[in-house]
Amino acid sequence: MRRVVSLALCLFLSFGCAPKKEDLNTITIWHWMTDRQNALEELAALYEQQTGVKVKIDLYAPSDVYSQRIVASAQSRVLPDIYGILDKKEIFASFIQSGFVADLTEEFQKENGAWEKMLFPKALDVNRFPEGNIYGVQAGIYGVPLDVTNIQMLYNKKLLQKAGIQEVPRTFPEFIEAGQALKRVGIAGLVSGFGEMWLIDCFASNYAFNIMGEEKVMATYRGEIPYTDPDWIKVFSVFQELQEKGVLADGVVTKPNKYAEQDFALERAAFAFNGSWCVNVYNDMNSDLEYGAMLPPPVNPDRPMRIWGGAGSSLVVNNSSPRKDKAIAFLKWLTQKKQQAFLARETRNLPSNREALASIPPILSEFAGVMDFTTHPAIWPYTENALVTEKLDKGIQSIIIGEKTPAEVAREVQQIKERELKKAKQ
Amino acid sequence: MQLKNFSWFRLQDHLKNFSFVLPAILIFCIFYIYPFFDIFRLSFHEWNGITPSMKYVGLQNLQELMKDEVWWQAMGHAAYITFIALTFQNVLAFALALACDREIRMKRFYRVVFFIPPVLSEVVVGLIWQWILYAGVQDGQHIGLLNYWLTKTGLPQLVHNWLSDPKTALTCIAIVHSWKGFGWGFIMLLAGLQTIDRQLYEAARVDGAGSWKLFTNVTLPMMVPVMLVVVILTVLGSMQVFVLVLSMVGQGLGYHTEVPVTRILSAMTGTNRFGYACAMGINFGVILIMVSVAFKWLSNRMKQA
Repeated sequence: MRRVVSLALCLFLSFGCAPKKEDLNTITIWHWMTDRQNALEELAALYEQQTGVKVKIDLYAPSDVYSQRIVASAQSRVLPDIYGILDKKEIFASFIQSGFVADLTEEFQKENGAWEKMLFPKALDVNRFPEGNIYGVQAGIYGVPLDVTNIQMLYNKKLLQKAGIQEVPRTFPEFIEAGQALKRVGIAGLVSGFGEMWLIDCFASNYAFNIMGEEKVMATYRGEIPYTDPDWIKVFSVFQELQEKGVLADGVVTKPNKYAEQDFALERAAFAFNGSWCVNVYNDMNSDLEYGAMLPPPVNPDRPMRIWGGAGSSLVVNNSSPRKDKAIAFLKWLTQKKQQAFLARETRNLPSNREALASIPPILSEFAGVMDFTTHPAIWPYTENALVTEKLDKGIQSIIIGEKTPAEVAREVQQIKERELKKAKQ
Repeated sequence: MQLKNFSWFRLQDHLKNFSFVLPAILIFCIFYIYPFFDIFRLSFHEWNGITPSMKYVGLQNLQELMKDEVWWQAMGHAAYITFIALTFQNVLAFALALACDREIRMKRFYRVVFFIPPVLSEVVVGLIWQWILYAGVQDGQHIGLLNYWLTKTGLPQLVHNWLSDPKTALTCIAIVHSWKGFGWGFIMLLAGLQTIDRQLYEAARVDGAGSWKLFTNVTLPMMVPVMLVVVILTVLGSMQVFVLVLSMVGQGLGYHTEVPVTRILSAMTGTNRFGYACAMGINFGVILIMVSVAFKWLSNRMKQA
């Protein structure tokens, strides 16, 4: 009996350790987009009908958990055929340099660049590494945008009317006035997920571009201009003024974006700072919500307001996948007009295919109309050190809770900047 | 010849036995021993967690950590949460255990009720309490349960931004952590109370001891070993709190709600400094081991006394 058990154990271990036979006809996609799972599954079924290639759509949410999974899978070399990298461009570059991402440039340029021309250039830029980029990545396009997005302000038409605000504020002083008018009638002003650092970062960089322009912001990142510069203090003061004048909703500083979305959708706040994906979210929470989109009101009227935007969700192809060609073919199919129109209709996201824009709802058109004003950290020539960004975001939280002044935060951020610059030189 | 056969038989027997424990040894080595040593190795490197190459920096990560004010501030916050848990949580657990140890009506029901919070998911508890402590207003009415009731009960002056004020955020987290955790202490202390020989109480009563004397001279001394176990588990559990923090205040209120594990997580996933995160892990682990050893030593001393 013992011999039989030992033999069974050995056999079990040997078979258990044997490599799994590769299924070359099934592509696996890992994504984080809860709202798109059903639509993607429908498209996958259609693709299988048309081509015979099976597409397995695996959802891992929320996005931070997904990101951790991708990093862990990269470390253990078990990435799927198609996946997304939600991290900073620096990390995207690390994935490419480690051989985890396929260079798709050749595919995009085939047939006189037909695939490239079909998509929004801003969406592709996020996945593009230009010649001589600071990351040392070979120039090329490494990802496929599934949709485009931008982050701007939303206003609730009914609540503005209730507060007697006839016109949507176009400048920062007008916005402050509107916030105070809302406060007088007991309506919260601006809500956003400032409990998530990236939204604070996004809001701050919108105003940094408006107040001092892109070149000065980049010069700060390069270490040529300090954060104690009066223009940066002006950027930090935007948050101080919003707080002191009572424009920010209560508890905004620790609010995750999901709750901020709920507050706006349930008409607890008149303004929201959110991305174009909110159209779908708001529709699910309150389909009767009457709202519009606007650019954040500028502090400096002489310079245009720049907002974050470009590719919303991008997918990359695993360079070492034995099904690489099939994965690329699927992504090409997914970004065609018909499939993009279906995704836009079903998930209320802006399609990355320009030709599919004709069939989007009116509120999404408001988002699509400002794509020319978009910018994104992923296309900037320089990026800020992550520790400096963390200090900046936490510092802004301190300003919002009235703990620190803009000047104090500027000093603290500059201290970290100098420390990191010194470390980089060593 | 007989001896030779015997040795072969023994060896075969050993090999067979070993083959049965081999999977467990392998699992232990792969999932415990290897990561343990790899964390030490990684702490001497600068690595973003993705690139195949990593830069050796020696003790630089550890040196930086020693000077990292935010790290020590986070350690202080964990100590504060632990202090609240040791006092509020354990006193509450002991008081309830004492109550349920007596012949009261529906004591079984209470036992079940008191053990509900520990079995709930920390994320769920965090989200529920976030709603209770919510500071928003709609149509002039507070939406958060606590602020709503404060207004309704004539205490509007106490209405507050509980989770967005540095003065109250950490205390709120500590109290919720204690609420969530007191059930464990309650069950352990109740089990301890039930092992005390009832004859001791009867003998003390015969000698004229009142309730207070019974408590201080019989219950407390007999409960010391159980209490020490509860204290050690409370310290270890509270120092490592983080799910509750994430679900109640997201990525934090400035640095006011940072605890060691959120700092490790932020170094690993926010700033992509795996080496530094490992150095933090080692530093934190050493501190926890030292605390546990200190309590063990204290426990032995108390037993001897």
